[in-house]
Amino acid sequence: MKVAITSTGQSLESKLDQRFGRCAFFVIYDTETGGVEILPNPNKDAEEGAGPASVQLVASKEVEKIVSGEFGYKIKSLLDSLRIQMVVYKEPEKTVKSVIDMLNKQ
Amino acid sequence: MKIAVASGKGGTGKTFVATNLFNVLSRRGEAVTLTDCDAEAPDDLLFFRAEKVSETEVTHQVPVINKDACTWCGRCSRWCNYNAIFYVPAAKVIEVIENLCHGCGACTFACNSGAITEKPVLLGKVTKFMTDGGSKVVEARMKVNEMSPVRIIKEAIKESGEDGVVILDAPPGTSCPFIQTVDKADNVLLVTEPTPFGLSDLRQSVETLREMKKTPAVIINRSDIGDGSVAEYLAKENIPLLAEIKYDPAIARVYSEGKLVTDEIPALTSLFEDMADKIIEGYGTGSNQR
Repeated sequence: MKVAITSTGQSLESKLDQRFGRCAFFVIYDTETGGVEILPNPNKDAEEGAGPASVQLVASKEVEKIVSGEFGYKIKSLLDSLRIQMVVYKEPEKTVKSVIDMLNKQ
Repeated sequence: MKIAVASGKGGTGKTFVATNLFNVLSRRGEAVTLTDCDAEAPDDLLFFRAEKVSETEVTHQVPVINKDACTWCGRCSRWCNYNAIFYVPAAKVIEVIENLCHGCGACTFACNSGAITEKPVLLGKVTKFMTDGGSKVVEARMKVNEMSPVRIIKEAIKESGEDGVVILDAPPGTSCPFIQTVDKADNVLLVTEPTPFGLSDLRQSVETLREMKKTPAVIINRSDIGDGSVAEYLAKENIPLLAEIKYDPAIARVYSEGKLVTDEIPALTSLFEDMADKIIEGYGTGSNQR
């Protein structure tokens, strides 16, 4: 299963980005292969609709789960229609690596 | 002649100035219209006894996507500048997010397979009233939950016509709603207060207006409080000062009763009469006069 994790930087040691739609980077982690892809978020500075555009981006990577600190109100129904699970994790001090470790323990 | 009464900062007295200016002009028998362009919170009508004359609904066209005709090319979504078309082809999901849509029609134009039609969505209303003094008040009112009042303001100004003096009571700030309002004005009056906050927002308004090749005149409200920095700024930038209104609790009292100082307080009546003279004669409005 692929999981999108919002990240403040380009490495696994970066802190979790607390915003979904306007996060700096998406880390796409594959729990089966352990593969990692890091994508800069082109919607970071979008004037409007950063949330839906970011859902569109991670959905194109076929993720089934998103981990972030906060999700905007517009995207809940979009994620439901795509059957993507939203995981709210309000831990600004945690690294992306620690989120991956948690996913592996599940 | 259209005169916009604007300010960067909220609560400086735009509505106070606009309603009283309208009141003195109306009483003189001038052809005058007051247009409340603060569509997110219109309140000019609180100060007048007025009867509704007509009402216009303001709509815009949003796309409706027929999934059966859709070829999943994604052009509509890519052409949309506002992220209003949510498109995930792998999951066969395509959806219009209506409150992000600006009604520009780009998606309909982009679609090569005829899968997009459009439907009207209500944004707000423009209502015309006649006061018991025989003057016209036009109110722009945005529907709750809409994102932008710009189209409603545009329609309200259009409905105000070109007769005599049209006073546009502008929304606060210096963003799109402000720009939509002042763009159509021959003269702009900026109402400010002599505080650091007032000055900061005045400067933003002046700079925005200069980009639009407009020179405002300024009214300082509660002119005997705060500091002298606004007056210094006006002198340095060569911006005409049209009037100063001193702080007086009696003004607040009259205002909070929904009355007009130009009906209640003689000293302020003459201040607004002077202001109206200057405006009519084209004085004190800089290079922007007609």
